[in-house]
Amino acid sequence: MKITVDMDKCIGAGLCVVAAPQVFAQNDDDGLVIVLNENPPADQHEAVREAARLCPALVIHLQDDND
Amino acid sequence: MYPSSIDTSERSVGEDGLPNFPMRRCPFAPPAEYAEIRKKPGLSKVRMPDGAWAWIVTRHNEVKQVLGDNRFSTVPSTPNYPMIAPARASLLRNEHPATLIRMDPPEHTKHRRMFSREFMVKTVEAMKPYLNDLVDRLLDEMEAKGGSCDFAEVFALALPTTVISNMLGVPYEDQEYFHERALQKLDLKADPEVPLRAGREMREYLDGLITRKLEAAEPADDLITRMLHNYMLPGHITRAEALATAELLLMGGHETTANMIALGCLSLLLHPDQKDALVADPSLVVGAVEEMLRFHTIVHYNGPRVALEDVEVGGTLIRKGDGVLALISAANRDPAAFDDPDRFDIRRKALHHVAFSFGSHQCLGQALARAELQIVFSKLFQRFPNLKLAVPVEELEFRYDAFVYGIEKLPVTW
Repeated sequence: MKITVDMDKCIGAGLCVVAAPQVFAQNDDDGLVIVLNENPPADQHEAVREAARLCPALVIHLQDDND
Repeated sequence: MYPSSIDTSERSVGEDGLPNFPMRRCPFAPPAEYAEIRKKPGLSKVRMPDGAWAWIVTRHNEVKQVLGDNRFSTVPSTPNYPMIAPARASLLRNEHPATLIRMDPPEHTKHRRMFSREFMVKTVEAMKPYLNDLVDRLLDEMEAKGGSCDFAEVFALALPTTVISNMLGVPYEDQEYFHERALQKLDLKADPEVPLRAGREMREYLDGLITRKLEAAEPADDLITRMLHNYMLPGHITRAEALATAELLLMGGHETTANMIALGCLSLLLHPDQKDALVADPSLVVGAVEEMLRFHTIVHYNGPRVALEDVEVGGTLIRKGDGVLALISAANRDPAAFDDPDRFDIRRKALHHVAFSFGSHQCLGQALARAELQIVFSKLFQRFPNLKLAVPVEELEFRYDAFVYGIEKLPVTW
């Protein structure tokens, strides 16, 4: 799995941090998303998908491997 | 049995066959018409009180689609913006400058990002010891009332009002002044002059507060002071814009959470088996709070939009310039998204609800609201295991005519 985020549209709602705290964080300066691991391990995939579904600004994009 | 006055218009249809909006609702359920409309293919039209028509969007996925698409504007001066009541139209058309919830990108993005860090998940996390102590103190004060009180005022309103006052740097002693005006601003049945005047008075009050903050020898450690020093004094926003934001945060920070706490308490009192389960297993509180948010969706009429381009939604072509009501209250009762959606069930997975709206305008303070609600409902029934309604539920007065739904009084005993 490969994560990309559209920083221009991020509003810092923080739901990604709630859904997948090991993969996403918020920048101290502006509250916007930080991806801690662009290639998260398999045990995080479900949480990352939940984060992408919940993101209100629709900025989290996932590219799935054939796993 | 439950009179509702905003719609008194009978659930009738106008001369042209379009249903009138808003429609009559129950205390615990959105209008039955939403479910009927949801079953029809495509989108339906409704007639607004001013005679204009608008598309009504009731399915969860389509409400998310509209709210998540910036081709739908939230600027109330856009022609055909659906106005749910004359009082609302008067307020939204005459409020200058507009608050950031009535801006489109890129202007909205610029203003919102100034405040994202203030409401970050970790910022709220760091507030939790304070919130825990505050909830304990307010529960002490409630207990000191003897054996009964109006929970809505003594606890539900006091908690978020204290929290947001403290965070913004607004004196808590002034809460009666700003709460009264908040209710006037949100009153859908008011004379159209009333919400406008209340808004003006709020901003006059905050203008005086800003002057005092600027004159302070040492800058205080609060959100309004930071806004003044980081954004207003360097010229990124005007003083009038700073006032608009301060007013938005003060209103949004207390009236919404207060109503959610009272309605959440009522829901658990009406479902004692679920209340007992929550007391026995405190880990249920996270899901319980999401279910309360979903079930009540207190900003019933969120969110009106206008299409800036032609957009297809659910097989219907919405034309540029059409008014749209993408109703979060309908989305949160869509059986395609929530099994048996009219059942209150703290064990369901409801995190995908849209009670905080969706898209770039989703609630800025949602992490704080969640923290307050989670702490309240992990303590309230532990502390008052015998908490009960002091009057029959039929006697409770619900705020059908307020833009933020709630309950007038919640008399309880213990």
